[in-house]
Amino acid sequence: MTNWVEACSTGDIDAEDVIRFDHGGKTYAVYRSPDDKYYATDGLCTHEKIHLADGLVMDDIIECPKHNGRFNYTNGEAMGAPVCVNLKTYPVRVDGGKVLINIG
Amino acid sequence: MSMAAATPRYGHRDYSMLGQEAQDAVTAGLRSAEWYHTEVARKDLKELMKRSDGPAIRDTIIWLGLMVVFAGLAIWLWPSWWAALPLAAYGVLYGSATDSRWHECSHGTAFKTPWMNDVVYHIACFMIMRNPTRWRWSHTRHHTDTLIVGLDPEIAVMRPPVLFKVILAFFGILDVWHAMKNMVMNTFGVISAEEKSFIPDMEWPKVILAARVWFVIYAATIATAFFFNSWLPIVLVGLPRIYGAWHHVLTGLMQHGGLADNVLDHRMNSRTVHINPVSRFIYWNMNYHVEHHMFPMVPYHALPKLHAMIGHDLPVAMPSMWACYREMIPAWARQFRGEDYFLVRDLPPTARPYRPDLHGQATSPAAAAAE
Repeated sequence: MTNWVEACSTGDIDAEDVIRFDHGGKTYAVYRSPDDKYYATDGLCTHEKIHLADGLVMDDIIECPKHNGRFNYTNGEAMGAPVCVNLKTYPVRVDGGKVLINIG
Repeated sequence: MSMAAATPRYGHRDYSMLGQEAQDAVTAGLRSAEWYHTEVARKDLKELMKRSDGPAIRDTIIWLGLMVVFAGLAIWLWPSWWAALPLAAYGVLYGSATDSRWHECSHGTAFKTPWMNDVVYHIACFMIMRNPTRWRWSHTRHHTDTLIVGLDPEIAVMRPPVLFKVILAFFGILDVWHAMKNMVMNTFGVISAEEKSFIPDMEWPKVILAARVWFVIYAATIATAFFFNSWLPIVLVGLPRIYGAWHHVLTGLMQHGGLADNVLDHRMNSRTVHINPVSRFIYWNMNYHVEHHMFPMVPYHALPKLHAMIGHDLPVAMPSMWACYREMIPAWARQFRGEDYFLVRDLPPTARPYRPDLHGQATSPAAAAAE
């Protein structure tokens, strides 16, 4: 099932950064990698439900601001304690300067 | 100047992770709650959070280099009593500097390169006798539920304070006893009920593996001591956790000593203290403790900058360890007469006020006046 929604404009996110996007009662994190690619994941850390958009992006890693748990935001992989459960990722495309994510 | 307040409550506090207060804290919404934090522009915070290897590589070379020098001097002077001088310095680097190295590397903020954090983390954990997996999880809980009774497994001074435990802590006696007991239990594959309350089961094998590796190292150290018929191997491996512990206790007690529990604002339960540069090196800037709890992603070397940036919203930092202990010791003494007593740090006029809706009487001037 596809359900593409507009999350933001490409310029809304700095390179190697993340922003929060809320839609339909859910929260997402939208990333711009150092090489200008866009990604999206669930917005809350799988460990303690902290907003990842307040965290730090380093290359392809997002670090949770509360306990420093790390995920690879390109595939959602939890990189080690204290995060043990992978992050759900969402397909992203850029269309006319807009970042769209497929929330299914 | 600080006020003091008392929050009426029932009976003695139960600090057990499995007790009634743990359940009460969950019911009261204190578990994994949202905490107050000072507003910092995203751009500025990103700059502060930036990782680099340089400062920690420099500090680690100095730290381990000094340990080698002092250990060499001690071996050279042994068995003369003059060996006590280099051992005094070696002990602090072994039994105290490792507390802050363990801590910073557990956050992954000391180095930019993950494997460097891991290597120093495991070395420091061994020396400070903290199982690397158990303590990673306990510290995670400490940051989630800081000073929440029944949920935070790292509360150093409970209420009312148990004086002999505080004194023994300066000599590492109880810490070493518990560490050795846990190591032996874990070596034989036993995970305690308390450990199970904060360590996920998928992590238990790591707890056991580390305990077994340590067990072998300590057994080899004791065997070496017997072989050479000398105490020196034990004086250099293991024992420094006792005779060098005093500095990490001296600095560590200042973090939360005498302050509020069961509140959701680190300005109320943590303390920033200005200390001398040698202690700051040993302690890796954890004297900026309110700042660290509010923004745990900021590396130790950036904490002074963070302090300058958000100081307007925090209680004024204590000017010295001396001033800090002059505040804490009477508060602990007062808690013998009533454990609900605690210190409320005054906020400057530029700060956002404490929130009575989150902290009840802990922030009430009426409660303070009643004292």
